[in-house]
Amino acid sequence: MKIVVCVSHVPDSAAKINIGADEKNIDKNGVSFILNPYDEFALEEALKIKDSIGADVVLVSVGGDEVKETIRKGLAMGADSGILLKTNAYRDSISTAKLIAEEIKLQGANLVFLGKQSIDGDNGVVGQLVAEILGFNSVSVAVSFNLNGDKIVAEREIEGGREVVETSLPAVITAQKGLNDPRYASLKGIMAAKKKVIDEKEVTVSEIGVELIKLKKPAQKQAGKILGKDSSAVPELVRLLKEEAKVI
Amino acid sequence: MSNKILVFVEQRNGEIKKSSLEAVKAGSLFAEQLGISSEAVVIGNEITNFNSISNYGISNVTHLKSADLALYSTTGYSQALSEYAKGTNADILFFANSSMAKDLAPHIAIQLDASLAMDCVELNIQNGEIIATRPVYAGKALAEIRLTKSTKIYTIRPNTFPLGEGNGKNTEVKIKEILNVNLSTKVTELKQNNDKIDVAEASIIVSGGRGLQAPENFAMLEELAKLLNAAVGASRAAVDAGWRPHGDQVGQTGKTVSPNLYIAVGISGAIQHLAGMRSSKYIVAINKDPEAPIFAAADYGIAGDAFEIVPKLIEELKK
Repeated sequence: MKIVVCVSHVPDSAAKINIGADEKNIDKNGVSFILNPYDEFALEEALKIKDSIGADVVLVSVGGDEVKETIRKGLAMGADSGILLKTNAYRDSISTAKLIAEEIKLQGANLVFLGKQSIDGDNGVVGQLVAEILGFNSVSVAVSFNLNGDKIVAEREIEGGREVVETSLPAVITAQKGLNDPRYASLKGIMAAKKKVIDEKEVTVSEIGVELIKLKKPAQKQAGKILGKDSSAVPELVRLLKEEAKVI
Repeated sequence: MSNKILVFVEQRNGEIKKSSLEAVKAGSLFAEQLGISSEAVVIGNEITNFNSISNYGISNVTHLKSADLALYSTTGYSQALSEYAKGTNADILFFANSSMAKDLAPHIAIQLDASLAMDCVELNIQNGEIIATRPVYAGKALAEIRLTKSTKIYTIRPNTFPLGEGNGKNTEVKIKEILNVNLSTKVTELKQNNDKIDVAEASIIVSGGRGLQAPENFAMLEELAKLLNAAVGASRAAVDAGWRPHGDQVGQTGKTVSPNLYIAVGISGAIQHLAGMRSSKYIVAINKDPEAPIFAAADYGIAGDAFEIVPKLIEELKK
């Protein structure tokens, strides 16, 4: 079987984010980029299937040349090949999903994994959009996944619990932390990744439904009050929470 | 010009959720400002507390009803909701940004050919249309956006439109039986952590980090949380150490939250943690290290030993 895993190239979660002069992009100076952390869970789940019943695992990503570095990381973990849908145009989630869905159709894959969200745009919707565009089933925010023939039993995380979901292939699954423990790329994997093929395809972004007016920094809080160094400050803290903040 | 706001109201176990009532309040508020009508829709089987909806400004509620829709189904709910939205000519949809909405809204967006704005923390009207603000990079930046398609979907982060007092209007519930539910994806079982308040929905959160030293030390935070009717959260360090479940993690690779009060205990305030909680209305930091970055984000801090301060805080709150 062929499995597509979508990966994205995002600023490290430890990175400081500054807004660029155009107010439409972030200032990438000094920002290191990583494979989106949730995509590691997505890829690991695909690799587990490859290990147990065999599968051709294809990475798909959208973006500029710099994204190849992230695709290489996925290839080093064990994916078989990569596809870069190349564009530097502004995209919203739906235009991204349309590009990915088109490629999945070309690949003829009937199982797709993605991270539950990319830690840049934080929309958390591309997987569900792709599923709906293709007419596939979908389970989002999966913390467990079982495939038996074409039957799927998965659990998704919800507020204060989990939902057990039953569905079947073809399907799109988005991965949450806790789904598995992603493997590290071995030295052998890293060497092998250098020989694997990344197919680059120029793509055109379709109609956009979200206009970005501007990016801005959140309002900075004034530094707070240190009330003391031990439990003698507790009564004052309780008083402030009750009388000044009025939150308890 | 827009036509009508439809608010999706979520139920679990037949009970309408508080975060959805906030969406109702926002829906009625914005319909009034835009001079258009509003209504609410609930999907489920038996539902107990319809009156809570009209308390917050919308008295016209439709219940899309089927025994097959008692539990969530991506296919069943999205089919029922988008068909209803088309039939009622709603062109603005509001959802609370819950785990159900995060799953459902994108499916609806494709079915209705709509624009989509997830996790909005601010909505404003400019020149007769809604401008949304939503966090990106886990809240390290905010994006101001405008939806350009004729149908627009907004999901609203809990605690963005605090409920306050309701006005107790009567609810008029229309029941629409749904036949032929598409259950190709369906929830077969709900596994709930007994009565636990989730960090994503809580109005107060008590969070612990590495400074708590061991998993059993979260017991004092549980006790404090119980007194405050709060959820217990954790930093990535505490989750990665296996002390707390993944679902409790606050931060860039966990949940991003905006409670009224966030109490950080033994959390130094790594940038990825701050990103996930800095939009809290009030932040209290309790940490031994007076240089810890968490104090720069806090409104009130005590730079001391959590094991001495938290028990005292519990004692003081019990008074």
